[in-house]
Amino acid sequence: MTEISHSIIILFIIIGAFLNLAAAYGVVRLPDVYTRNHAASKATTLGVVFLLLATFLFFYIEMNLFQSRLILTIVFIFLTSPVSGHLINRAAYNSGVKLWDKSVRDDLDVTKKEAGT
Amino acid sequence: MAFQILLNLCMAIIWMLFKNSYQPMDFFVGYMTGLIIIFIFRRFFDSRFYIYRILAIVHLLLVFIREVLLSNIAVLKIVLAPKLDMKPGIFALPIGITKDWEIYILSCLITLTPGTLVMKVSNDQKTLYIHAMDIPDIEESINGIKNGFERLIRDVSR
Repeated sequence: MTEISHSIIILFIIIGAFLNLAAAYGVVRLPDVYTRNHAASKATTLGVVFLLLATFLFFYIEMNLFQSRLILTIVFIFLTSPVSGHLINRAAYNSGVKLWDKSVRDDLDVTKKEAGT
Repeated sequence: MAFQILLNLCMAIIWMLFKNSYQPMDFFVGYMTGLIIIFIFRRFFDSRFYIYRILAIVHLLLVFIREVLLSNIAVLKIVLAPKLDMKPGIFALPIGITKDWEIYILSCLITLTPGTLVMKVSNDQKTLYIHAMDIPDIEESINGIKNGFERLIRDVSR
């Protein structure tokens, strides 16, 4: 039983660390603000949540401590990280950061022009 | 919905007062009895029997978790692929829901779904502008997913 729980905890930690690493790699590699934000706001959310879940399981199984703060942190991260991603994107767009050259559509720009003229 | 839950709590407390014993078990039995009574009298309330709405919330939560996992796999595929050949872009999506919290939940769900990120809610709250990672690949399926989400959120608020 402890073997199974240990392997689950180790698996969660590895997945979480890997997702965070991939998010950092994506931030370095992707071409513009908006696509970088995709990597940063999605992969890190799940990565941190996996790490927190592993911590929770470790304390619960090994030391028999029910840490409800970790569960609350998971909920708070899920509630706030999409909003922060949205706000960074919106601020970047409003201050005129250009999309990547190979972007194919920009509906927001069209409507802005129509409103302006 | 809140009124029905409050009524159910009152019934559980009255049950404990009748029994004159105040254990958690008595509260639970009283709550279940109240649930049956509210189910029998459901045609006198103007909203639905509230268990249906709780089931809809649970359904939404499960879909949410599944979408988060899928979106991470999609992002990983794009980030770790050897060539950057995606076609990002911004498209407009008309929405049919009006309340503020519904739009918040929908944009959270969209942000955490594969390859999409909400850029702006239009001023009249009828359109969402969404930045997508790979437009030709996902536009059709994305619209399907959005309609699914909208239907799920309507199920909750109906």
